Amino acid sequence: MSVLLAFAAAALFGTGTFLLLQRRLSRIIIGIGLIGHGSNILLLTSGSGRGLPPIIGSADPTDFADPLPQALALTSIVITFGVTAFLFALGYRSWKITHDDVVEDDVEDRYIARRVDQLVDEGEAAARLNELAEDPE
Amino acid sequence: MSGALATLAMALPTADDVVAPGSGSFDVLIPLPVIVPLVAAALSIVAAGHRPTQRVIGLGALLTVVVGNIVLLARVDDAPDGIAASQGGGWKAPLGISLVVDRFAAIMLVVSSLMLISVLVYAIGQQAEERRFAAFHPVYLVLAAGVSASFVTGDLFNLFVAFEMMLVASYVLLTLGGRAGQVRSGMSYVVISLIASTFFITALALIYSATGTVNMAELSERIPELPSGVRTGFSLLLIVVFGIKAGLFPLFFWLPDSYPTAPNAVTAIFAGLLTKVGVYAIIRTQLLLFPDDARQGTLLLIIAGLTMVTGVLGALANDDLQRILSFHIISHIGYMIFGLALFTLAGIAGAIFYVVHHIIVKTALFLVAGLIERKAGSDRLSRIGGMVRSAPMIAVLFAFPALSIAGLPPFSGFVAKFALVDAGVLVEQWPIVAVSLVVSLLTMYVMGRIWSNVFWGTCEDEAVAERLAPGRTSVPLLMTGATVAVVVASLAMMVFAGPMYDLAERAAADLLVPQIYVRHVLGASS
Repeated sequence: MSVLLAFAAAALFGTGTFLLLQRRLSRIIIGIGLIGHGSNILLLTSGSGRGLPPIIGSADPTDFADPLPQALALTSIVITFGVTAFLFALGYRSWKITHDDVVEDDVEDRYIARRVDQLVDEGEAAARLNELAEDPE
Repeated sequence: MSGALATLAMALPTADDVVAPGSGSFDVLIPLPVIVPLVAAALSIVAAGHRPTQRVIGLGALLTVVVGNIVLLARVDDAPDGIAASQGGGWKAPLGISLVVDRFAAIMLVVSSLMLISVLVYAIGQQAEERRFAAFHPVYLVLAAGVSASFVTGDLFNLFVAFEMMLVASYVLLTLGGRAGQVRSGMSYVVISLIASTFFITALALIYSATGTVNMAELSERIPELPSGVRTGFSLLLIVVFGIKAGLFPLFFWLPDSYPTAPNAVTAIFAGLLTKVGVYAIIRTQLLLFPDDARQGTLLLIIAGLTMVTGVLGALANDDLQRILSFHIISHIGYMIFGLALFTLAGIAGAIFYVVHHIIVKTALFLVAGLIERKAGSDRLSRIGGMVRSAPMIAVLFAFPALSIAGLPPFSGFVAKFALVDAGVLVEQWPIVAVSLVVSLLTMYVMGRIWSNVFWGTCEDEAVAERLAPGRTSVPLLMTGATVAVVVASLAMMVFAGPMYDLAERAAADLLVPQIYVRHVLGASS
């Protein structure tokens, strides 16, 4: 059972990572969701596996399932759920503004990149001028 | 896994595991900085329609927290162990919700609450996002609670919850207004933070399956028993998780992209506090959880050097004031990690002093950047000029923190850098000392560049020149007042550098002996 869950977690992490690397927002969000599930499964398997419900007095304490990972997984599921909902709202907002859900480039980075291009162009133009000056024909 | 089960069987509550509520004089003050802002946030939602009520609630709550934290710092510093612990939920550690405040946490609580209240006043004065959105106050208070919770928690899983509380609030604050640029950068910020959170969960799952606990005091006892490869793995995993939040090289790329798009006041609090919470978590986990041989001294030193250099180079390449300052945060995170990476008393004391100095000074710089933008209507260096004549007050307010962050004597930045360099020289880590000094010079150049572009020279842009003309635009009094308060705080740190450094040294001494922490949290049971 534990091995199966380990494979499930691995598969979720793998597909999630693949989706994260896409440029479409909707895919990124689904990817985040899958990775979140993967880590929650990992959290569940970190406990001691199967056991009886941990209610004091109902059975021998050594037969209990470890309740802590379940509580942790539950907390993390709630948090992931909330944040995913927020991401969807953000994605919707982005779609309303740009009518597309492709993640755009950083404006300032493009500005700096353009400046480099410009400098290179200017350099080339200057070199060309120099060539012309040296070569009067 | 059988270890986990054995713990469970052992940990089953008996009558003497239950702590009598209200025992100990610290009990009220420790959870206070978390509970008061959360309750205030709830009240603030109820008062959503009436902004003045929201303001009173927000300011009142944060004021209470400031006073509580100062009292707490004084008491913790007086306590024989320099530490105070409280077990929430009425269960003894490791079953209860351990809240622990040592000197380091108490210092961070005081500084962060002072910044939170100053920035709130600034935001109210700004009459911008705070006035337009009913969500501002509640979300800001949740952010405050999240920041405090990350400092006081004694439990690795609760650290995750505290981080999430802080981050979810920061997502909302960052995208408040929903402009196209905010949505774009907010998206990458949220996605990156979520990836870090998933890593955190993964790390928690692995740590729990290996040790059977998530209580930090108990982890401190059990992690040294693990095989050394596993320990190193956990140590690295946690560095990556917190490194993303702190903006370490090479995980910093999201920071200069997302911070500048937020509203001014929000950027100031993000710059001052959020990355430093990551640094706090790195310092705390490295020193408390891992024994000497699993600490990543050399790796952290290399990362620190690269972080310093990339940050300052990024700051040099940009033209937009907010972005310059954002890149600059990264550069200074490098200094804090440099102090930690030495793993000596002087190094850690220097790092703590640096964190406090940087929180205050960076918040001040961002608040001044907000004043400049309000006055000139732009934050591009190439468009602004000559503000030393049109706005001498802003020039003075910029000069103090700028000189301080560049590390000029006698400002607090000089003391902080001197402490770090001195610590580096003591253990003969010459390369990092050299890098930190060169980066310090470049920092001076960055600040000089801002100064000569914004305050000296003439303004060539007509629209900006018109705004800067005498009597055209005025900056709200509350904004200037809040900025003055933060700048005065940074000057106070210069005046009281001696006692402050002694306090940092006491905090560092506690951090280097995790047994004190463990004994205090687990009590007689261990």
